[in-house]
Formats: sequence, structure tokens, C-alpha cells
Amino acid sequence: MNNKMTAGAGEPILRTRGLTKRFGGLVAVSDVSLDLHVGEIHVVIGPNGAGKSTLTNLLSGDLPPTTGEVLFEGRNIAGCSSDQISRMGIGRSYQKTNIFLPFTVFENCRLAAQSRTPHALRVFHRAEGYGEVNRLAQEAMASAGLDHRAQRVAATLSHGEQRQLEIAMCLATQPRVLLLDEPLAGMGPHESQRMVELIKMLSAGHAIMLIEHDMDAVFALAHRLTVMVNGEVLESGTPDQVRSSPAVQLAYLGGEELLHD
Amino acid sequence: MKNSRLVGFLPWLVVGLLALFPLVESTFYMQLLTKVLIMAIFAMSLDLLVGYTGLVSFGHAAYFGLAGYALALMAPKYETVSLWWSFPASIAVCALFALITGMLVLRTRGIYFIMVTLAFAQMLFFIFHDTKLGGGSDGIYIYAKPTMKLGEMELVNLEKLENFYWLALLAMAATYMLLHRILGSSFGRALQGIKVNEHRMRALGFPVFRYQLASFTLSGALAGIAGYLAAVQYGFVNPEILSWHQSGAVLMMVILGGMGSLYGAVIGSFAFILLQEALSNQAWFGAWAKHWQLGMGILIMLVALFLPQGLAGLMQKFGKKPETEAADE
Repeated sequence: MNNKMTAGAGEPILRTRGLTKRFGGLVAVSDVSLDLHVGEIHVVIGPNGAGKSTLTNLLSGDLPPTTGEVLFEGRNIAGCSSDQISRMGIGRSYQKTNIFLPFTVFENCRLAAQSRTPHALRVFHRAEGYGEVNRLAQEAMASAGLDHRAQRVAATLSHGEQRQLEIAMCLATQPRVLLLDEPLAGMGPHESQRMVELIKMLSAGHAIMLIEHDMDAVFALAHRLTVMVNGEVLESGTPDQVRSSPAVQLAYLGGEELLHD
Repeated sequence: MKNSRLVGFLPWLVVGLLALFPLVESTFYMQLLTKVLIMAIFAMSLDLLVGYTGLVSFGHAAYFGLAGYALALMAPKYETVSLWWSFPASIAVCALFALITGMLVLRTRGIYFIMVTLAFAQMLFFIFHDTKLGGGSDGIYIYAKPTMKLGEMELVNLEKLENFYWLALLAMAATYMLLHRILGSSFGRALQGIKVNEHRMRALGFPVFRYQLASFTLSGALAGIAGYLAAVQYGFVNPEILSWHQSGAVLMMVILGGMGSLYGAVIGSFAFILLQEALSNQAWFGAWAKHWQLGMGILIMLVALFLPQGLAGLMQKFGKKPETEAADE
């Protein structure tokens, strides 16, 4: 296992302070403070309804926080729109596959890459005519293992391939922070293994927040682990610290099974 | 592919054949075809919104009619006006109005968007209908066709039917080419992405509102081209050209032809106007001719039921063009 100690290794690229989201009387995310560092995978686990996806939505700008701060490179970006946050270099993938179904795999990635250099005013220049955009799209497809599917229409891909495309599109936007919301959901064992390898590889140059239920993947990838229950952070630390926390064992991990995993 | 080259050549062939039409001459059919060409521009402008940006506007006649009124109000009463400035000026008025209304209507989505665009068109309708500004419900006559002069020399006399026909054909072909290029550009691809999945486009970093506003403004300006030409052809404007019937008719043309395909919009306007002519032909349908809307309504319903891709989809089925089902039309 690669549980390298990274606490205090430089300034975090993204940090939240007292992040809270209320929906009427329901507190979906309550006073969450966490740090993301480049080179580090921060895994967030917790039972359904713990507020993990809401937390992702707060970081990506899909939802505005009720109170609290999201600091990206020291700047408070809470309340910025999702397209602004994307352009700053925070990319996300969705738990429920969210792609352009009628377009080819290549066009999905090309559009994503185009968002970095929009060329919106050059309306007489063909969209495929930009070498840099095409290269980024190609690279993203290749790293997600989809280059052999470039000309397939996205709707005709298998579920696992659509999940890969989801990640490829995110990569094509050249983010520095990746927010991955259950990238392994619904994948077969072989595809899962590939995705775990990919995420491990990506962690070198990115700060990654990963939400995941698959415990094998969680412990294979996590440098830092945060457990959420009812919108609150129950425990946060290295995987070993979290594993040995009595509160976590009691509330979530269900005793023995994970200790010797 | 031989097949795809043929498909690329087809629009030019159609334009070429249409250009020859005045040689076989028949005043009635030339005027009818002029009307078809003008409505084809109008339908393409709406298809940019409905078929490519995913915004169903039910008030597109506002921009069509406004261009006509702009011409009528700018033209001196008993003298001719130059096409060189009145044409671009009318289009600019429409673009500006679309930009301003766009900023408001684009804050809504779905059924609310339909209703708010309709509301703006109705506002414009009643402004011209109930005030003296545009001659009230009688409208304004445009006694002379605009002139196309170079210095003192008259280049083209638009009083001649065939000249005006060719102008309309040129405008239609130019609009088609312009939109074809734009839709293949990065900007056009972004619009199509917004139509398919607006939420993901935003997550990818696209400022969706700005793209939609640009599309809405362009669409209004192109509707202005059609509206200007229509006002010149009929020689008058009245509030009817701004009415929701007009917005509905052009929407039906787009649906009939097939949303999201430029040539579909052109085919739709041909089909709609020729069907309207045929169904209201007393020699063919006798007393039923008065109720041509009934036949039209049934046909539109049949198309919606059995040809969701419209007549263009039908052509694609027979002409099967399997290699590019992606973003391109």
C-alpha cells in the first residue's frame, strides 16, 4: 500500500473552512473543513445520504454553499458559478453519467478541450481545425483508454466505457484539481482495476478528491481519508488513523472486516 | 466517399436549378417561390434556436415583423430608399432588439421560455396595433421597392419580379452558407453541446448564457433579413406579420422539415407554403378550401407522430448517410 505521509507537505491547493449547506431544515453538509494537495488522493467515504455528493457540488460550483469558505490557491471561490470554477482548473466527474450521448467519443472530448481555448469569435473556422484542441482530446481519450472508440457514438458505449468517457472529458479540460464522484460505480472488476490504475497515475500531477464505496479501491488509493456521516466529518486522517478510530468502527466501518484488509 | 461528395454538391444544384426558374416564367409561381425562399430564411433562423441551441421560441415573428416595420418607418413616404443602408439598418434593429429581449428571456427555460418569447412578440404586436406609430391595425404601405444604385447608375431594378426573386434566392443561399459555416465552427459545436446537455457544458467551463445570447441575437438578425424582404415583396406591413400565427407558422415549417437540419428548414418552408396553396385551392377542394388549416393541422400531426425527424429525416432514411451521425447536420 502506498500510504505515504503527506500531512503538511506544502500549501493545500484547495481547502474548505466551515463549509455548510442547508436545504430548508436539512443540513446536508455541516461545517466541513478539508484540504486537497497536489500529488495526493483524498478519499471521502460515508453511507448514502452522508452529504458526499453535495460536498462535491459545493466545490464544483453546482451548488452555492450556505456558509463557509472554499479557498482555491488562497482565494475564496465560494459562490462562483460552475463554469468559472471549471475554467480556474477544478474539474469534476459525475456519479450519474453526464455526457453528450448523441456525439462521438472524440467530439465529447474535443468539446471539453475546446472549453480551454473557446475560439468563440472565429465562426468561419472549422471546429476540427485546431491542432492543440485535437491533441488534448486525443490525449484525454488515450489516458482513459478510449482511443480505440474515438468514432463511436457515446450512446452506444458500454456503461463502463461511458464512465471512462466521463473521466476523459474531465481530463481534457486540463484541471489541476479533480473531483471524482464514484468513478467506479457500476463497473465490472476488470474495468475497475483499470480505473484504479488510472486514478493512481493521475494523482502524480493532480490534487484528487475521490468519493468511493468500493473499499478495496479506497484503501488502494487513499493518501488521506475522510469519513462523513450525516453531513459531518466524523474522522479525517491517514487511512491507518481512520481505520483504528473507534468512532469510525462504531459508526460506519462495522467493526472487524476492514481492519485486516 | 462518392456519396458524401454528392451530398455536398446537392445544395448548389438546387440553388442552380432555382436560379433558372424565372426563365420558365410564370408570374404567379415566381411570386410564390419568392415567398417560399424568404420564409426559408425565416425558418433557418428559427432552426438555429430550436434545432441547434435547444431554445423553443414561440415569438420569432417579432424579429421578422420588426424588420419590416423598420424599413417602412425609415423609408421616406413617396420616395425610394436605398437598399444599401436600409437593409443593414433593419437587420441591426432586429439584432439589437434580440440582444435586449434575449438578456431577459434567456433567464427562463422550457415552457417558460416559450411563454416569455410569446409575450415579447405580443407586446410588439400591440404596440404597433394600438398606437399610431406604425399606422395602427392598417399598417403602412411601402410604395416603391428599395433601389440598388452605384453612384447614379441603377445596378438592379427590384421592381422587376425576377430580379427580386434572384435577390431572395441569393439571400437564402447566403444565409444557408453562413449558418452552415457557423454550425461547423467551435461556436456552433458549443451551441449543439448546450442543446444536448446544458448542465455538462457549464461544468466543462462554457459560459452558457453568453453562447445562448449570441445565438439568440444572430437568430433575430437573420429573421430580420427575411422580414425585410417580405415587407419589400408585399409592399406593406401590418401587425399581422408580428402575430403569434406567424410565429406558429414558422415553427411548423421547422417541425415539418425536421429540427436540427438546415436543409430541413428549407424543405419545411417549401412544403408548408406549397401545401397551404394546394389545400386552399378551390378548384381542388371546393368548399373545404376555406378550411385549409384543418388539412394542414392533420398533416403536421402525422409528421410529428410518424416522422419525428421531419421530411429531412425521411430523406436521410432513403438517401442513408450513415457515416456522420454526430454533431454535423
